[in-house]
Amino acid sequence: MSDVAIVGIGMHEFGRHDGISGMDQGVTAVRRALADCGQQWSAMEFAVGGSMDGGAADTMVSRIGLTGLPFTNVVNGCATGGTALAQAVNTIQSGAGDLGIAIGFDKHEKGAFRIRGPRGKDWYGGSGLALTTQFFGMKINRYMHQYGITQPTLAKVGAKAFRNGALNPMAWRRKPLSEQEVAESLMLSYPLTQYMFCSPGEGGVAMVLCRADKAKEYTDRPIYLKAAAVRTRKFGSFEVLAPSIAIEHDPGPTAAASKAAFEMAGIGPEDVDVAQLQDTEAGAEIMHMAENGFCEHGEQEQMLANGETEINGRLPVNTDGGCLANGEPIGASGLRQVYENVLQLRGDAGERQVPNDPKVAYTHVYGAPGISGVTILSR
Amino acid sequence: MTTTVAVADGIFEIRDGKPVLLGTRCTNCDNHMYPRQTGCPRCLFNEQEDVELATEGTLWTWTVQAFPPKSPPYLGPVGDDFVPYGVGYVELPGQLRVEGRLTISDPDQLQIGMPMELVLDPLTVDEDGNQVVTYAFAPKNENGDPS
Ligand SMILES: [Zn+2]
Repeated sequence: MSDVAIVGIGMHEFGRHDGISGMDQGVTAVRRALADCGQQWSAMEFAVGGSMDGGAADTMVSRIGLTGLPFTNVVNGCATGGTALAQAVNTIQSGAGDLGIAIGFDKHEKGAFRIRGPRGKDWYGGSGLALTTQFFGMKINRYMHQYGITQPTLAKVGAKAFRNGALNPMAWRRKPLSEQEVAESLMLSYPLTQYMFCSPGEGGVAMVLCRADKAKEYTDRPIYLKAAAVRTRKFGSFEVLAPSIAIEHDPGPTAAASKAAFEMAGIGPEDVDVAQLQDTEAGAEIMHMAENGFCEHGEQEQMLANGETEINGRLPVNTDGGCLANGEPIGASGLRQVYENVLQLRGDAGERQVPNDPKVAYTHVYGAPGISGVTILSR
Repeated sequence: MTTTVAVADGIFEIRDGKPVLLGTRCTNCDNHMYPRQTGCPRCLFNEQEDVELATEGTLWTWTVQAFPPKSPPYLGPVGDDFVPYGVGYVELPGQLRVEGRLTISDPDQLQIGMPMELVLDPLTVDEDGNQVVTYAFAPKNENGDPS
């Protein structure tokens, strides 16, 4: 798979924007992506867009142009953006369109995501179990017990995110926090503190894609999509909001999506120069390093201690500050990661540019009820 | 006299002041499911039987809910009356791991692998004056006496 290119990218700042709707932010992202490759909306042959709380993406055509293009709405939890991208790729590969746009935006209420119980009368929420934060606390607690990861390492991940976010003009939280400040903030779901969690937020991202052989018509710096894979959970994987789980073990949808993406791209984890990994909380980044194949379980303790995932490290992770510094507007979050990788591969990431002349970049999203999306980009 | 009622039907029964969890067993592959459901995600077979799950197991993982959940849906006390509670998965041997509240919320008293048993946990009082309860896991008293 090397026949699709990203030629234009656009983002609306992440954060809290009173008086600006989620849709407004999506529209801004679209306009910026079009400007980035010098195109008009009328040139778009198709669009794929998604948002969880921001309204139906396709209604934005009443503001950006009633051109009659086919516009597909996608809603796929935290993998909404990744799924929009994968659908855009499929559309181009199938020959249904040569030039199109993938869009993700969102705007959520403050506080933890409100979750309805699994089914029937809401005994699950009523009993105080319907919180995604609990899953994250329980998964990393088990993982730390099994693989010897310590609490200071969780704080290191948090501090790195805010340090990187401070260098990113599009990030929500731009104030560096020390490891001590992260570790000593309010304990929310043991062993995770307030600054180890991301918050629901707002933002929008769009990207213009085309057939690779036409990419130079739109930009002199195309970025190629080597893989885009989405996988759901298999029997035995430990997932968010599950009243019970099997004793049988499956490594989960992240490992499956990662394996599929590497096979698609024909490369391995050792070839990746920069990675954006789902960091809903600090523990998730640590576990996802191994689940995506970048290390063995347990090696993260030493890797973090060595600074290997810093911007100037061997494998920079979450160079834009990740979900921790950007917040998580569900529909936009996965595309934010791809946006960051395009900047890094173009050499346009400014103060947070990784210095290793990156050629291959990797993104990973994870969310309820057990879904993962991975992309691999190259110059 | 106050009547004790379960937070919902079909999740657990109250017997001798203790909860018994209502699960499903796949008659083809022995996979256990909770709450009850039709269809087996393991072997894709569609014939199951109702079973009662084990009432004791070991703590597989845990966390502490230190801030009040949104209410609704949460039925327990919130605001200044909120009481932190543990949440964990308890492995019921040979069956599955069940998520539930824990009666302990002090991290120093929770250890992965510790023996646990099912108890009733009061949530709220409904408009008819009934005590609404859910199930929770408590550390198992090794002497066999309910503590
Ligand atoms: Zn079965």
